[in-house]
Amino acid sequence: MLKDWINKGRLKSPWIVHFDCGSCNGCDIEVLACLTPIYDVERFGIINIGDPKHADVLLVTGTVNHRNKHVLKNIYDQMPSPKAVIAMGACGLSGGVFREAYNVVGGVDKVIPVDVYVRGCPPKPEAIIDGVVLALEKVKALLEAAG
Amino acid sequence: MGKLLLATVAVILAPIVGGLIAGLDRKITARLQSRYGPPILQPFYDVFKLLGKSPMTMNPWQILSVWVYLISSALTVFLFFMGSDLLLIFFVMTIGAVFFVMGALSTHSPYAQIGAQRELVTMLTYEPLIILVFVAIAMVTGSFKVSDAFGLSKPLLYQLPLMFIVLGYALTIKLRKSPFDISACHHAHQEIVRGVLTEYSGPQLAMIEIAHWYDVIFVLGLCALFWTTSFWGCVILLAVTYFAELLIDNVTARMNYKWMLKTVWGWGLALSVLNLLWLYAG
Repeated sequence: MLKDWINKGRLKSPWIVHFDCGSCNGCDIEVLACLTPIYDVERFGIINIGDPKHADVLLVTGTVNHRNKHVLKNIYDQMPSPKAVIAMGACGLSGGVFREAYNVVGGVDKVIPVDVYVRGCPPKPEAIIDGVVLALEKVKALLEAAG
Repeated sequence: MGKLLLATVAVILAPIVGGLIAGLDRKITARLQSRYGPPILQPFYDVFKLLGKSPMTMNPWQILSVWVYLISSALTVFLFFMGSDLLLIFFVMTIGAVFFVMGALSTHSPYAQIGAQRELVTMLTYEPLIILVFVAIAMVTGSFKVSDAFGLSKPLLYQLPLMFIVLGYALTIKLRKSPFDISACHHAHQEIVRGVLTEYSGPQLAMIEIAHWYDVIFVLGLCALFWTTSFWGCVILLAVTYFAELLIDNVTARMNYKWMLKTVWGWGLALSVLNLLWLYAG
């Protein structure tokens, strides 16, 4: 029974830590827009938390480069499992317009495993919320597979 | 025997009621900010999720600290419903709070260190006031026993109105509400990355949350002492007090610790002395 409650909690309270790998701030503003009264993600139990040790979902925006990939990996490793990663915006997905630059790794998934991709430049807040819901469905499928 | 049963039931029910209060807290806060807000059961979802996360502790000392904090918080509620001595309850509560800080201090994270220092300052701020409240209660009832306060014929609030405001200061600090949420905040503000809670994660964080619910029940119990003559009077007093806390939380910004010390000690001590003088003269 306790396990059922824990699984229910996992689906109902995704705490997000938001890491900006040098984004242009477009995606970041959209993430913060999700917290405003218009979108109010807290009604789904989503809290934007500052501490990777408390977080369940890592939301990455911006271009991953050779400097900050270590930081990204470090933050990912500091999160206790079960955890999910969402890559956001054109830069997070592939490097975007900076893809060809000499210092760009190209996409969050080159460094850490990504569960959900949210496209757009920048993505709409609705798309971000959708991304979190998708990540949760993935977690749910994993939980069901684990029994 | 009846007291023991009541206290045991209280210890079992306190986290459930405390969690519901936390849920209502978040819902009402959201409504005050014209948001829809999370479901009332949200704190329970959070805690169960945290219990299911893989443990990630820095050192064994943290685990010990969290257990001591949880047990001492549960013990304060137990002793309170046993009708025990207020001073004993105060010492047990302090041990829990000190261990909570020790756990944060045992890690090397600068955020946790700053949070722990700030938590110590907040303890320094509210503890003398709580002691003064207890002294005032003892002056009226003639003893430090909780059970004697429950045996009064007219509400304590008539004789200690200023002490209730002083307790309100202590309550705001203990509940980590603005403007006194300098060590860690309930709503995950990111200034010092949740300060004293930074290095706690997973099951440990869940236990701290449960201990916090016990604390909420305990401080609301202290407020209830001021209107023990009728059940509904007590309920209305608690509801009004908690709503006032929420309102203050939402209309004020976080202040620094010097401001907190000056204001809370200044007003708290002044109001306490006034009320104690009035009691002494009357």
